[in-house]
Amino acid sequence: MITITEQSFDPAEELSKFTQSSADAGGIVNFTGLVRPNASRGKVQGLFLQAYSPMTERGIEDVTNTAKLKWPLAAVLIIHRIGHIAPGEAIVFVATAAKHRRDAFEAADYLMDYLKTEAIFWKKETYADGSNWIEPRQQDHKDAKRWSDNEETSHGRT
Amino acid sequence: MATVLYFGRLTDITGCSSETITIGGDIKDTSTLRTTIDKRHNAAGGFLHPTVRIAINGEIATNLSILLDTDEIAFMPPVGGG
Repeated sequence: MITITEQSFDPAEELSKFTQSSADAGGIVNFTGLVRPNASRGKVQGLFLQAYSPMTERGIEDVTNTAKLKWPLAAVLIIHRIGHIAPGEAIVFVATAAKHRRDAFEAADYLMDYLKTEAIFWKKETYADGSNWIEPRQQDHKDAKRWSDNEETSHGRT
Repeated sequence: MATVLYFGRLTDITGCSSETITIGGDIKDTSTLRTTIDKRHNAAGGFLHPTVRIAINGEIATNLSILLDTDEIAFMPPVGGG
């Protein structure tokens, strides 16, 4: 399930609901991304996120379907905030349920790499002395590239 | 009238997130729309850069595309990640 929302959410509550609905899975992995209170430019007053619906949702649905083909997942939950978000608040929540832990870990990692680099969001950080539109870091792109590198390697083995 | 949407840093240039524009005359495709919007908002090439993608009715236009007066056209700068 994918939810893009302007409303704040409680990751613990979402995990609890997800766990209850995935009782048949052998393991659950979850990740919560929070708005950092500090950035390279200084203290962050807040974050503003834009999405372009329904393109944003469609992109996330596509990558979720790809993840389900790559790993045998029992369930996936993605919640992403848009609008104004305060430091310390949850911005993204990803949970994956699978029979075995490795599948759940890898799928959650894969989904987060997509959300950090390719998902259709625009993000602005506000500081006391102005604001900045943020783009993915080199490390984010490097992390995301691991999956295509792995694919090439595994194709080479067959 | 077509609806034109702006996202990310482009909204700082335009001062708005959307506006309507009549397609026709000099504005007939994605290329002429780019130059028209760039001039209209004194963007100094901000709308001409290839990293600014255009979506037509929710689909990325990878080539020069003809526009219709009923289209929703989005100017999308590089995404910021979540």
